[in-house]
Amino acid sequence: MAQIEKCEVKQHNYVSEGMFAALPIVLGYLPVGFAYGVLAREAGLSIFETVMMSLLVYAGSGQFIAVGMITASSSAPAIIFTVFLVNLRHLLMSASFIPHLKGFSTKVLALLSYEITDETYAVAISHFQRNKANLKYHAALNMTAHISWAIAGFFGGLFGNLITNPEGLGINFALPAMFIALLVMQVKSKLTIVVAISAGILSVLMKFYAVGNWNIILATVIAATLGVGIKWITSGK
Amino acid sequence: MDYIWQIILGAAVVTYIPRMIPLVLGSKKELPDIVLQWLTFVPPAVLAALLAPSLLLNGNSIDVSLSNTYLLAAVPTFFVAIIWRSMVFTVIAGMASIVLLGLLLY
Repeated sequence: MAQIEKCEVKQHNYVSEGMFAALPIVLGYLPVGFAYGVLAREAGLSIFETVMMSLLVYAGSGQFIAVGMITASSSAPAIIFTVFLVNLRHLLMSASFIPHLKGFSTKVLALLSYEITDETYAVAISHFQRNKANLKYHAALNMTAHISWAIAGFFGGLFGNLITNPEGLGINFALPAMFIALLVMQVKSKLTIVVAISAGILSVLMKFYAVGNWNIILATVIAATLGVGIKWITSGK
Repeated sequence: MDYIWQIILGAAVVTYIPRMIPLVLGSKKELPDIVLQWLTFVPPAVLAALLAPSLLLNGNSIDVSLSNTYLLAAVPTFFVAIIWRSMVFTVIAGMASIVLLGLLLY
């Protein structure tokens, strides 16, 4: 009962709490989203297309990969399939939301799932450890993150052509640096390090021996299976 | 349809499906433990599989020399990521490393 009363009395606070929780995400999204905007314009997208990709796709690594492959003149199906593989990791995040969001309608879940990114997931899942799911909180968190991502892309697209030497500003390293950060955050045990190193080596070797875009999915499937195998053996089953 | 718009709309759909399917349909059926366990290894594996070629491949050859600025810049970038576990610090450190290496090496 106390929980319900608290919700009714302090209802208007959930929006500002959600926005406040999104602040570290916004700080992270601004430089990365800006870098995406610069690269998207370099790849030949208009500002409108650059912003629409941020609004509709809303996935940092996927968008970087897409504009990188557009620059390399890859075919549309190859790009879409690679983006699918890159963003497939959201499956698990979505799955782990189930116990926390079970009470909500399908319509609400369909909307909330549109907003799953590595960063909003991390904030939301830690919020669930202390609080019940609150729609206003999550809407505010997600909208703040999503809008900041699109605005960052817009400014990157707008000012990108003023930057004549993006290599000199290190902006092309934003994607590898973001992957380094996300990879480090994924390391939870020695076994995840083994899995990550295996995947990295396999991916390089497969790309070196020209397996094309398949290096990412093949390396991931083999390394993840290896991880399950090692866990299975070491747990003595 | 225009090439760019095919990619934007196609990427939007294929990004939304894995985000939506487990949450919307998942409560109706439980995944076996082995599948969930396998899925926990996917994020570190896929990120490493994406990252490693950008650091180790130069064009289409494996480059572990000191002229590979991406590989050199990755060292302080990893260091910052491990210490602060922050995406913003890591991205700034990575970009700054590239700039500094550019000034030092050329």
